[in-house]
Amino acid sequence: MNRITQAFRRLTETNGKAFIPYIMAGDGGLSCLVERLQLLERLDATAVEVGVPFSDPVADGPTIQQAGIRALKDGTSLNDILVELTKAKANLHIPIILMTYLNPIYSYGINRFVEAAQTAGIDGCIIPDLPIEEEEIIAPQLAEAGIELIRLVTPTTPIKRVEEISNRGNGFLYTVTVKGITGARGEFDGGLSTFLSSVKQVSPIPVVAGFGISNNEQIAEMTKYCDGVVVGSKIVDLLSKNRLEELEDFMSAYKKSSANI
Amino acid sequence: MKSTYTLPDETGHFGIFGGRFVPETLMKAVMELESAYREAKADPEFQKQFQDLLKEYVGRETPLYYAENLTKYAGGAHIYLKREDLNHTGAHKINNAIGQALLAVRMGKRKVVAETGAGQHGVATATVCALLNLECIVFMGEEDIKRQALNVFRMELLGAKVVSVTSGSATLKDAVNEALRYWVANVDDTHYLLGSVMGPHPFPMIVRDFQSVIGKETREQFLGRNEKLPDAVVACIGGGSNAMGMFYPFIKDEQVRLYGVEAAGQGIQTPFHAASLTKGKPGVLHGALMYLLQDEDGQIQEAHSISAGLDYPGVGPEHSYLKDSGRAQYHSITDQEALDAFQLLSKLEGIIPALESAHAVAFAIKLAAEMEPGQNLVVCLSGRGDKDVDAVKTRLQGGVTNE
Ligand SMILES: Cc1ncc(COP(=O)(O)O)c(C=O)c1O
Repeated sequence: MNRITQAFRRLTETNGKAFIPYIMAGDGGLSCLVERLQLLERLDATAVEVGVPFSDPVADGPTIQQAGIRALKDGTSLNDILVELTKAKANLHIPIILMTYLNPIYSYGINRFVEAAQTAGIDGCIIPDLPIEEEEIIAPQLAEAGIELIRLVTPTTPIKRVEEISNRGNGFLYTVTVKGITGARGEFDGGLSTFLSSVKQVSPIPVVAGFGISNNEQIAEMTKYCDGVVVGSKIVDLLSKNRLEELEDFMSAYKKSSANI
Repeated sequence: MKSTYTLPDETGHFGIFGGRFVPETLMKAVMELESAYREAKADPEFQKQFQDLLKEYVGRETPLYYAENLTKYAGGAHIYLKREDLNHTGAHKINNAIGQALLAVRMGKRKVVAETGAGQHGVATATVCALLNLECIVFMGEEDIKRQALNVFRMELLGAKVVSVTSGSATLKDAVNEALRYWVANVDDTHYLLGSVMGPHPFPMIVRDFQSVIGKETREQFLGRNEKLPDAVVACIGGGSNAMGMFYPFIKDEQVRLYGVEAAGQGIQTPFHAASLTKGKPGVLHGALMYLLQDEDGQIQEAHSISAGLDYPGVGPEHSYLKDSGRAQYHSITDQEALDAFQLLSKLEGIIPALESAHAVAFAIKLAAEMEPGQNLVVCLSGRGDKDVDAVKTRLQGGVTNE
């Protein structure tokens, strides 16, 4: 069984909620990627989203854009990331979800990528510019390799379409919480709880909220209606400033509150 | 000889190219746009509104002018110029801007967002928004704002808000990124008025259809005058909208050769060019699979051209398809060749072309010389050169304008 599915099974047994941090590979140098993954594993993250830097990240806000630019300046490529993950494979147990725009993979070669990702022990892929209408380009190969394609739904997705999308996948349904791009937000739309609940109602797979989530109050509120959260810009920001204690506090506070739900 | 041509297919693809590679947040909007467009296209009322504005506001039809002096100079085929430079706002961009703005109104969207490079599309969009009382916001790269200060002022005069884009290379590609991000966040009440035959389906189809007034008029004018079709048509390629507008009505006339002209910048053997079809490879950017300038890791590269309107690392998916299918041919012209043609057309015909269009003129001169004297070619003169005279002056006096 795929490690993502296993992780969610365990959460169900303990009534826990998923916490999935996002990091940008190559931000701070590729040499610290594995270290960071191990840190997040130690801090009990459910899985990690590993971002592949791209020159034109249209779904991302300033924090992740800047992290991507730093990573690219440092010369980080998709191939380097795959090589690094392959080397560290035996020492990493946390599920790894690669988050990449389509072009770096397309340029690498779809089949070659899927093979290399499998070798690197990657469990899932999020491709933000690949709606279901276009996924034939890679979905069959990923399925064959046992890598979950994590699909997204958003507040603009009609509920019938949410249902269709959620029925295609196995890992979890990435539910974008805002009409907009990534980046920490102080407030969310009033209709969010209704939206999350309606997604939860139709989805046969776990529902994970993401985009803009940056503090424990928000997490506590959202996880009332879904199975977990992705935290991106906030984590990227803390890591790039090397504020590791704050990161630990953030994640352990979450763990405590999650255990009490 | 007639063939059938019905692209894009139902899912918005031209062969492998095109498609809708956009974040899920935009899927509803692009699907709604597609159905709104199909309804509008079939609605005589909408078509009449569009045609009326093209006639009374833009000043269509534009002349098909036989450039006798240029023909003599080239020493071969007869050269005709399709005078898109005579349109209101000075380029073909207004044809599409009017069509899409009417579509926005029809969809109940009162806000419009657009990207611009040289500022021509931004000016056209701001103009139409003023006319139809729509709120207009234009994203423009910081570098381009510096290069095209006068067009920024024009847009502001027309009531648009111009937002400087500092991310990435701070040029057209980054302005598109920022416009897309804005659209993702404001999709409920905002229409993205894309300026060329690029982006996710249905944009390449919509922009082509609105621009195809160029080729339709050309075809009728030429037939009316010569009782046959031209042997070749030539147009410059940025994103590819004036070329697609010229080519499309001729696609089924297989005896008419179609030539697209990209910007070779400082030369296609250098890294400083914008020749996506000649030197790029297929990839995905801004919602479509198309030929793209990119490095070996799939990172998008900056394009370079003396003309800001050709300074884009991609090229519309339909051109990508026409290249691979062999129906159209694509060549490139350097900054220097374009500058020479800019001056030549001014002196020989009393017509100052846009630097973009000067690329098409430069190639047409070479092509005409290789053709038989009895043959005919039509150049799409996509815009006038008023916006460029300042930059050309600086360049001719030895200054550096572009990089
Ligand atoms: C006069 C003129 N011609 C051509 C272009 C290139 O665009 P396209 O290839 O979409 O026609 C531009 C773009 O700004 C332009 O202003």
